Amino acid sequence: MSRLPPELVQLAYVAATVLFVFSLHWMNDPKSARRGVTAGVAAMLLAVLATWVQPSVVHHSWIAVAVLAGFAAGIPLSRVPLTAVPQRTAVSHAFGGLAAGLVGTAKYFLWVGEGPAELTRFRMGAIIAEILLGFLTFTGSLMAAGKLQELKWIPQRPVTYPGQNVVNLGLFVLAIVLGVLLVAHPVGAWSTLAFFGVIGLALLFGVLLILPIGGADMPTVISILNAYAGLSAVAMGFVLDNKLLITAGALDGSSGLILSIVMCRAMNRSFTNVLFGAFGQVQTAKTGTREQVYKSETVEGAAQMLEQAQFVVIIPGYGMAVAQAQHRVRELYDQLTRRGVTVKFAIHPVAGRMPGHMNVLLAEADVPYSHLVEMDEINPDMPQCDVALVIGANDVVNPAARHDKSTPIYGMPIIHADKAKTVFAIKRSKSPGFAGIDNELYFQDRTFMLFGDAKAVVGDLVKQLAAAAA
Amino acid sequence: MFLAVLLASVVPPASDAAPAQVDHVSLLFVLVLSTFIGIGVIARVSRLLHTPLMSLTNAISAIAVVGSILVTGGDYPVTIRVLGAVALFASTTNIVSGFLITDRMLRMFKQPTRDGTKR
Repeated sequence: MSRLPPELVQLAYVAATVLFVFSLHWMNDPKSARRGVTAGVAAMLLAVLATWVQPSVVHHSWIAVAVLAGFAAGIPLSRVPLTAVPQRTAVSHAFGGLAAGLVGTAKYFLWVGEGPAELTRFRMGAIIAEILLGFLTFTGSLMAAGKLQELKWIPQRPVTYPGQNVVNLGLFVLAIVLGVLLVAHPVGAWSTLAFFGVIGLALLFGVLLILPIGGADMPTVISILNAYAGLSAVAMGFVLDNKLLITAGALDGSSGLILSIVMCRAMNRSFTNVLFGAFGQVQTAKTGTREQVYKSETVEGAAQMLEQAQFVVIIPGYGMAVAQAQHRVRELYDQLTRRGVTVKFAIHPVAGRMPGHMNVLLAEADVPYSHLVEMDEINPDMPQCDVALVIGANDVVNPAARHDKSTPIYGMPIIHADKAKTVFAIKRSKSPGFAGIDNELYFQDRTFMLFGDAKAVVGDLVKQLAAAAA
Repeated sequence: MFLAVLLASVVPPASDAAPAQVDHVSLLFVLVLSTFIGIGVIARVSRLLHTPLMSLTNAISAIAVVGSILVTGGDYPVTIRVLGAVALFASTTNIVSGFLITDRMLRMFKQPTRDGTKR
């Protein structure tokens, strides 16, 4: 390939940076968002080509094979069902972390081989940051993906033991100490061993960090891992003295940061509380205070109520995703709007297992996005709501969050389903939700339960309404 | 806390008789400024699109592909290049699947139109 002046390569990187920023900018509106993808693809092509033609790159067949293999794995990964998007995202964070960790490792041994003079303190510090972040993101994200996929050999419930945080913190401090020693003496008889020690500790730390985290915290954890993956790319930029890596990594890192903040606020919790608080623990303090009874309703009765309503708010949660009920929900929406009923969807920021999860599922089912309403916007309207239909959501509609200081979800902003004139809640079983907390909403006077799989129950509702219309 | 590691590693080189001329401070400038731009841009992203946003940034952070290409394609020992090739495979997977699935999701976000056609 022709020799390209280095300035031209740098200019291509600048152009790629501009395109990346626009790519994210266009995500501010669903109308322009697809343009954002085009800009991102263009930026990436530019960056890859400008790098590939550099004179130091000589083994072209190696690159071609790895890229082709990447396509072979990437295309099927992009076609997973939308309910599996959280897992795919976690796997993707894992791959990002792995790439950073491996490049960091390669550069270390390369520079050791070329002569220790290459390993300045700056470079060594950057390499340590890169492999720490990269490898802990790798195993942490794989653990998260395994939990989301509900693999049998990965515990779903949070795993906790006394002194857990001390152990985790201790391991992390040990890794930092080894890292600092390596920065001071990058090449020594023991330094290779120490280097592998840092890698091993980072891998272990990633696993231990995710063990105590439960399903309800996944939206936050996925966002934090997103930020780590971005930061590991930034660290790689410092290692390779490459500004494009730093910029793109920082864009990813700030995205993960913002999403984490949004998720934490939506649960009224702090980062440290999510990471070290083991939220999903089954509540033990409060048991059997009073006998509580569910009131069930038949599908026929519920269909009748829905038909006579003027304003219906549907509140979806993870249960809708698990049951793949989004298409039935859309049919229900059609049946009701056809009768002149106003139907809105109330979306809690942490509903589901990742940020925006419910929006994507409902969009897949062709629900117009203008009917997907955020929590803060729908709450003032809830007292006017004739029927609130809760589909597989639990903690995000639990009124205990407003007043019960003993519950772990106290202070979390919720959708005020309890203020609606009637509430129907579709629930798989009588057991408490993922967080193991009893939901007061289910026991109030105006709430009626529809027990069963979300897809089956909503399907039956649709059948009832269709039959009544015929 | 990770930023602290980065920061700590930036400070010492002043005393180094640096053999490789790397302008550390300008790298730090780039990091700080692009983080601010990132926060400004991302804060305005529609909440509807947070899932596609995450898959898009997944693809963008696969910019690690640049480093992977340099390591894989350079005239280095085979073991080094194998590490690079695995990293390149992982990054390319993220690029391909990230952009494709983002586009697939974004195509689903529609507004109702009077004649019921998709746009």
